[in-house]
Amino acid sequence: MSAVRTFATSGRVLRQLSHDHRSVALMLIAPSLLVGLFAWLFSDQEGVFQLYGAAILALFPFIVMFLITSITTLRERRSGTLERLMTTPLGKADFIAGYALAFGLMATLQAVITVSFAVGVCGLEVAGPLWQLGLVAVVDAILGTALGLLASAFARTEFQAVQFMPVVVFPQIILGGLFMPRDQMPDVLHVISDWLPLSHAIDAVAAVSAGDEGWELYGPLLIVAAFAAGALVLASLTLRRRTP
Amino acid sequence: MMNKSDAVTVTDLRVRRGRTEVFDGLDVTIPRGQITGFLGPSGCGKTTLMRAIVGVQKIADGTVTVLGEPAGSRPLRHRVSYDTQAASVYADLTVQQNLRYFARLLGAPASDVDRVIAQVGLRSQRAQTIGSLSGGQENRVSLAVAMLGAPELIVLDEPTVGLDPLLRAELWEVFRGLADAGATLIVSSHVMDEALRCDRLLLMRAGRVIADTTPDALLRDTGADDPDAAFLALVERDAAEDRS
Repeated sequence: MSAVRTFATSGRVLRQLSHDHRSVALMLIAPSLLVGLFAWLFSDQEGVFQLYGAAILALFPFIVMFLITSITTLRERRSGTLERLMTTPLGKADFIAGYALAFGLMATLQAVITVSFAVGVCGLEVAGPLWQLGLVAVVDAILGTALGLLASAFARTEFQAVQFMPVVVFPQIILGGLFMPRDQMPDVLHVISDWLPLSHAIDAVAAVSAGDEGWELYGPLLIVAAFAAGALVLASLTLRRRTP
Repeated sequence: MMNKSDAVTVTDLRVRRGRTEVFDGLDVTIPRGQITGFLGPSGCGKTTLMRAIVGVQKIADGTVTVLGEPAGSRPLRHRVSYDTQAASVYADLTVQQNLRYFARLLGAPASDVDRVIAQVGLRSQRAQTIGSLSGGQENRVSLAVAMLGAPELIVLDEPTVGLDPLLRAELWEVFRGLADAGATLIVSSHVMDEALRCDRLLLMRAGRVIADTTPDALLRDTGADDPDAAFLALVERDAAEDRS
């Protein structure tokens, strides 16, 4: 790996984003709007937003970053620039790390804005410190980035990439523990949910909401980070210098 | 036969794309320090041969040796440059931003960016995004990327397609300058008058080299007075042999 080439790639990705104001605005503001909508929906029902608000905060960055990353890297595969990059000294790991760093930075900005909005404007209250909520949102967004990078390897068109969302993201939301506590699920589904990273992300958010410290928070967070790292490694293995 | 003075040696190359056999035992040698033209009807295998030489083509069998190393191997990624047929640059970056990124990947000096922008005649467009350029200008940016650093082998897939005659002539002067400075160039084209500007010609048809010649010898052997007619004569002669 080469730091120069990794940072050059991150810089290039961010520079591309900087030419696309609309995407940046959507990326930074859309999650806040959705959180706001959710808070408004339950404004007459005391306690519901307090119960689910924090978990929603973990979902949106994940979904948004998954979509953005899978489409952007797919564009790179299809435009011929990836083939050209594969003839340069750029390593596959440099390429993946470059993307992960650039979008990780955007994810951090997004998390700061969304958490501030949820707490400052929508009145979300958590027992734990706010920075922990932000940390969970950032790790979730990075997980979305990592899975998006991996998913793009299996999509040939932008249309397919978008279709991956219902396949990769929705089951994780349904089994993540938002709709039904995971220990009340049928046994098989409970076991499956243990192997889905988003379940642990939602556990981590629950820990912050309840003010739990230590392993209750960092255990699930480490699991999410491990999934993200695994997806990044797999994504770099799916890059091929030689193609048919 | 491996010869020190050869830039590229292709031995018994077999490539399959899908169900079609593109090459079934192709042998080609390309001398150093010259401009070699790949000519032939579309679908004859020019691009596949170029991709095999730069090491991004999956091959079924055979060897491709470039500058004494296996094609696509790590040491070659600084020494070989490749311009794909469709412009492979980032549409949402400016001319300068594109070239700076590739220059950093190659470890080329920053001054190279201005040099290649001047060489392809895009000095007044350097701050424009690629998306706002014409198709011909976009192709020239892609070509400029291939001239960054000091590549010993430059592989250009139809670099002058869609350009007006004046610009084509200017670019061929640039190519000649690079060859005079010691670089080896491989240029594919289906504009036959460009054939006369090459030092050496490989005429391809249906995955085979039907003539390995020089511009003068091509005209002499076929008795034609322009390259279009000479090429047609050769293709017809080859097709007749297929039938008999």
